[in-house]
Amino acid sequence: MVVIPSRHKSLVLLAGVILLQVLLLAVQIKRDSQGRLIRVWTVGAVSPFERAGSYGFGWFRNIWHHYFALQNTTKENEQLRRENDALKLQIAQLQGKAAEADRLAVLLNFRKTHADVPMVGARVIGASAGSASQTIQLDRGERDGIRRNMGVITPDGVVGKVVEVYPSTSQVLLLTDKESGVGAMLADSRIQSPVGGAGEPLLTMKYVPNDDTVNVGERVITSGMDRIFPRDLPVGTIAAIKPGNPFKEIRIKPAANLERLEEVLVLLTLHPLEMKKDAEPADAQPAASNPSPVVR
Amino acid sequence: MYDAYEIRGSESHIEVHKFRAGAIIIATLFALVIQAWFPLHLTRAAILDLPLLVTIYFGLSRRNPSTGLLLGMAIGLLQDSLSGPTVPLGLYGIAKTIIGYLASSIGARLDTEHPVARFALTAGFFVVHQGVIVLTRRILLGQPEPWFNLHLAIAALINAVVAVFFFLLLDRLRKQ
Repeated sequence: MVVIPSRHKSLVLLAGVILLQVLLLAVQIKRDSQGRLIRVWTVGAVSPFERAGSYGFGWFRNIWHHYFALQNTTKENEQLRRENDALKLQIAQLQGKAAEADRLAVLLNFRKTHADVPMVGARVIGASAGSASQTIQLDRGERDGIRRNMGVITPDGVVGKVVEVYPSTSQVLLLTDKESGVGAMLADSRIQSPVGGAGEPLLTMKYVPNDDTVNVGERVITSGMDRIFPRDLPVGTIAAIKPGNPFKEIRIKPAANLERLEEVLVLLTLHPLEMKKDAEPADAQPAASNPSPVVR
Repeated sequence: MYDAYEIRGSESHIEVHKFRAGAIIIATLFALVIQAWFPLHLTRAAILDLPLLVTIYFGLSRRNPSTGLLLGMAIGLLQDSLSGPTVPLGLYGIAKTIIGYLASSIGARLDTEHPVARFALTAGFFVVHQGVIVLTRRILLGQPEPWFNLHLAIAALINAVVAVFFFLLLDRLRKQ
């Protein structure tokens, strides 16, 4: 306990007595606009602490909201980003399925217009492992009636021919391969000449004499002479012509997009076929997707 | 050590006066009544502050700061009570508490029996008392009040003169 020296007791008493009377004054005095003085003093004495507390609390709250709470925001942001990525992926998948449905609808429509030609739809499941060859792998094989040397087409044009058949898969040599070839002719002049690959995106028409008139942009169609593809299937269009010795060097852009094949039709016959000349791809309503459409 | 003896020796020569029973109470009440009654008949008598003179006298005589400040507080609060609603309780109380303390403290160190000393001390205490009141009004109550003027100076002198005679009367209340 604090012991107050005797000579200071009267001072302490003085301070206490004055303080009491000051408080007594404060209780009595009422200022016009601020109420009783004791209230004014109390508010004046307490308000700095309240203000400090308020600022402190505000500071703490700001820190909390702008720092600690951001941890949750970060987590929430990450979660939203993941959901966004998942949704993007889902959209891409849906867009892919929609595109697939459109392609299958075109295939179906093509098949309907050529109902007399036996064919089966197949999905491209692989490609050549190296640049030495231009091949694709189909998800259909011997069990589906596919045999070697069967023609493979799309509604846009000729793709290639089956070179290997397995029980459930098959391998197709594309027109662009160096070893590939198809009997073709110019649609307008009816000049016939085989078209083969060169290991490049463009095909080569090999035996057109320099004297024959050939124009860039002219359509090239199958001639049916190879006994694989029926007549009048689109092969491509002439992209470039150069005089050669003794034949023209004619470069042809394939009608089918051989670099982006996803679904194809395999002609299920080894006999010569006749196809209607109006075998152009018709507009068709998008159909439900079918991973392995079989059109017999 | 020698100085300390001197001081102690000097203090030992100051007599602490004792008063008859009820003398302080009677003197206080008398001063308060006169203070409240006299100005009703003589307006200029309001310049006197008899409760202050009582506080000073008993402070100087008793020479005990604690007793002096408590007596000053009591007289001051009574004076506040009698001063009407415009004077808040504590206004004179604070001032007379301080005067009671100062008078007792000074009375314990000085010989205050001489009329000249009483005159000077009373004039000084009156000024201090008035200063405390002005301070209280200005700071605590927010009421503008002149610190000091000629009227207050005259009042200080008059109260000091009156105190010389008034204290002589009060001396008669002391025990012999």
